[in-house]
Amino acid sequence: MDAASGVSSIEGIMEEPHVLAVDDNLIDRKLVEKLLRNSSCKVTTAENGLRALEYLGLGGGDRQSSVNDNASKVNLIITDYCMPGMTGYELLKKIKESSNMKDVPVVIVSSENVPTRINKCLEEGAQMFMLKPLKYSDVKKLRCQLMQCRG
Amino acid sequence: MEVNQLQRTFLEYTAALFREGFLDSQFTQLYQLQDESNPKFVVEVVSLFFDDSERLINDLTRALDEPIVDFKKIDAHVHQLKGSSSSIGAHRVKNSCLPFRDFCEAQNTDGCLRCLQQVKQEYLLIKNKLEDLFQLEKQIVAAGGSTNLVEWML
Repeated sequence: MDAASGVSSIEGIMEEPHVLAVDDNLIDRKLVEKLLRNSSCKVTTAENGLRALEYLGLGGGDRQSSVNDNASKVNLIITDYCMPGMTGYELLKKIKESSNMKDVPVVIVSSENVPTRINKCLEEGAQMFMLKPLKYSDVKKLRCQLMQCRG
Repeated sequence: MEVNQLQRTFLEYTAALFREGFLDSQFTQLYQLQDESNPKFVVEVVSLFFDDSERLINDLTRALDEPIVDFKKIDAHVHQLKGSSSSIGAHRVKNSCLPFRDFCEAQNTDGCLRCLQQVKQEYLLIKNKLEDLFQLEKQIVAAGGSTNLVEWML
């Protein structure tokens, strides 16, 4: 990771972290977007794992991540676990496998509290696992974690 | 005078909805997300919920009418409805989805059909009540009352 992207990440987090929120449910997307925007975050939403990967420049079956503007700006990825096609867990794995996105914290959210599911995600490198629907206190916790990550 | 009366009615109506389990605390969270930059946020999200739920209920009705029932597809729809209703605080709709998923897993068509009836019923109930609530809200705003109703609700 070169110094330039490191510096812009820190600035991003201090001012307005850019969050990529992935959820197949339209209402949940709208809610998480408002919650994050109200918490001074820039938000991009994606309705499934494939779209999320495309946004990050990891899609299209390329094994080599293409240089992508979007990817370098994203400070945090929040993804739902239960999604048709690619689950949040599978998306997490793809992100952790990529050379330029693997250090971006990924938070998994789910409406279901399943310990095996939680452990699986944490073992794969998820920053946190949270229960849906998210609240302001959850976002606060996330921002603190993000700061610690870089600090 | 009139505004106060309207606000009191709004409060009582909302309190009853919480007491009777139609709504839960997530509904209050929606009002906490609403602000001056988007004063119609709650109405918008709830409208999305209405559209989404109606679509899902139609899909469920069709799916259960198929000669060979696709329980996986039905479960996926119910999961969506459970998620949406939970996200807006539509407590009884959410609860009506729980046994539905069990019947899907058991591949029990009759059980599913009964659950669908229950879901439809709960959905129509909350739809009517929320529409009444928003109507009341409109009247309050028109009479010059506070739109920051979350203070009243908490």
